[in-house]
Amino acid sequence: MHKGFQRGKERVIEGALFLCALLSIFTTVGIIAVLIFETADFFGEVSIFEFLTDTEWTPLFANKHFGIMPLFAGTFLTTFIAMLVALPVGLVSAIYLSEYATPRVRNVIKPMLEVLAGIPTVVYGFFALLFVTPLLQSLIPSLSGFNALSPGIVMGIMIIPIISSLSEDAMHSVPMSLREGALALGSTKLQTSIKVIFPAALSGISASCIIGISRAVGETMIVAIAAGLQPRLTLNPLVPIETVTAYIVQVSLGDTPWGTIEYKTIFAVGMSLFVVTFMLNLVSFWLKKRFWQAYE
Amino acid sequence: MANKTNINVLWDKIFKVSGLIVTLLGLVVLAVLLIDIFSEGFSRLSWDFITHYPSRHPERAGILSSLVGTIWVMAITAALAIPIGVMAAIYLEEYAKKSWLTNLIEINIANLAGVPSVIYGLLGLGVFVNFLALERSIIAGGATLALLALPIIIMSTREALRAVPPSIREASLALGASRWQTVSTMVLPAAIPGILTGVILSLSRAIGETAPLIVVGALTYIPFLPESPITGEFPFISLAGLKDPFSVLPIQIFNWVSRPQHGFIVNAAAAIIVLLTITFMMNAVAVWLRHKYQKKIRW
Repeated sequence: MHKGFQRGKERVIEGALFLCALLSIFTTVGIIAVLIFETADFFGEVSIFEFLTDTEWTPLFANKHFGIMPLFAGTFLTTFIAMLVALPVGLVSAIYLSEYATPRVRNVIKPMLEVLAGIPTVVYGFFALLFVTPLLQSLIPSLSGFNALSPGIVMGIMIIPIISSLSEDAMHSVPMSLREGALALGSTKLQTSIKVIFPAALSGISASCIIGISRAVGETMIVAIAAGLQPRLTLNPLVPIETVTAYIVQVSLGDTPWGTIEYKTIFAVGMSLFVVTFMLNLVSFWLKKRFWQAYE
Repeated sequence: MANKTNINVLWDKIFKVSGLIVTLLGLVVLAVLLIDIFSEGFSRLSWDFITHYPSRHPERAGILSSLVGTIWVMAITAALAIPIGVMAAIYLEEYAKKSWLTNLIEINIANLAGVPSVIYGLLGLGVFVNFLALERSIIAGGATLALLALPIIIMSTREALRAVPPSIREASLALGASRWQTVSTMVLPAAIPGILTGVILSLSRAIGETAPLIVVGALTYIPFLPESPITGEFPFISLAGLKDPFSVLPIQIFNWVSRPQHGFIVNAAAAIIVLLTITFMMNAVAVWLRHKYQKKIRW
C-alpha cells in the first residue's frame, strides 16, 4: 500500500520534471509559430520578391517600400566591423591564455575579461554614442554623429571574451602529446601554437567565431543607440544606417497599432533574423561536435 | 641555419609580450568605460535621484518607477525561471534515458541560448501580450525574460548536477532510496551552491536586458508605481500590480541616452552606475559562492 503510493508519487514527479524539460521545445515552437503566423500575413500584402529585391526600406513613410536589403546591409556592416576587432584580439588572447600564460595569470585575467560580456548592452550603447564616436570624430572629421563604425567597434569589444574564452577552451583541450611532440622537435612555443595547436583546434575555434558572429548579428541596443535609425543600402561605415534588430526596436517604441502592415513588418524582419542566426548556431553546433568527437 | 632559429626565438619573445598587451586591451577598454561613466554620472547620484519619478526637467528626474519596475520584473522572472529551469535540468541529468526526444531537447536548449534576445521579445508580444491577453504588463515582461533566462539556467544547473559524483547516487540507491529521494536529499543539496551561482549569473544578465522588454511594450516614461503587493486588508498580499504597465532601469537609460539635452545624458550615466552596481554585486555573490564551494567540498 505504502509502496504503491510511493511509486505513484515518483511517477508524478518524473512527469512534472519532464514537462519542464519539454517547455524548451514549446518555446522554440512558440517562436516559430508566432513568426510564421504574422509573417504569412505580411506576405499576403507584400510580395516576397519585393521583400528580397527592393533596395529601399520605408514602411513607416507614405511612399512604402519593403526591401529588406538595406537593413541586412546595416547588420552586415556592423557585424563585419565587430569581427575585425573581435577576431584578431580574441584569437591572440586565446593563444596567449592557453599556451603562454601561467595558471595564475589565466585565473586572474579570464574572469576579468568575462566581466566585459556581462555588461548590459545599453551601457555599451551609451559608451559608443558618447565616448567612442566623439573620439573617432577627432580622427575622422567626416564621421557622422550616428554611424556603423563606432557601434561596430564597441560590439567587437563586447564579443572579445566570447571568442577568446571558447577558443581557449578548444586549444586547452588539444592533447598534451601534440604540444610535447612539436616542442621536442625544436619548435618554439609560437611555432607550436600556430602550426600545431591552432590547426588541431580549428573546428572548435571556428565554432567560437561563428557564435561571435551570431551574437553580433543579433545585438540590438548598441546599434539602436549609436548607429542611427536610417535604413541605407551602403557599405560606408561613416554614415547613419539601421540594422535588422534596431528596426524592430524602432517600431516597438512608436505607437504603431496592432494589425497594421507597419506592425507586421517587425515579424517578417524578425523571421529573417531568426533564420540567419539559427543557421549560424547550427553550423557552430556541428563544428563543436566534430571537434569534441576528435579529442574525446 | 642558426640565424633562422634565432629569428624564431625572437618572434616567440615578441609574441610573449605583445600577446599579453593584446589580452589586456579589453581590460583597458573596460577601465576607460567605467571611468567615463563614473566621471559623467557620479555627481548626479543622490537619494533624491533614486526616489523621484522621471520628469521633463533633467535635474528633477529620478529612477524610482523604473527601479521598482526592474525589481517587479526580476521577481517574476526568478519565480518562473528558477523552478522550471532547475526541474528541467534534473530531468535531463538524473532521469532522461538516451532517446531521440532527449537528444532533441538538448540540441534545442543549446540553440535557444543562441537566439537573439529581441526575438524573445517578439515571442512575448505574440504569445503573452496578444494571445494570452496579458497586455503590456509586468507579468508579460517577466514571463518573456524567464523564457530568455531558462536555457542558461538549465545548462548551468546540469553542470552543477554533473559535478556531484555518481558514487553518492549509487550509495543512496543501494540503501533503498527511490530516485526522487536520492535526488532531493542527496544530489540537490550537494549541487545547490553550483546551481545558485548559475542562477544568479543568469539573472544578472536578465536585469540588463532592454530590447525584449521594449518589444513587449514596456513604457519609456511612467510617472506612477504598480499597485503595491502588500495591502492593509486580509490576505495582506495583492498580485494586482502584475497587470500594471511598467518600465525598467535599462529602458530608462535608453530613453535618456537618446535625448539631446546634456542633463539627461548625466542622468543616464548616473542610472548606469546604479544598474552596474546591481549587476556587479550579483556577479560578486556568484563568484564568492563558487569560490567557497570549490574550497569546501572535496569528495
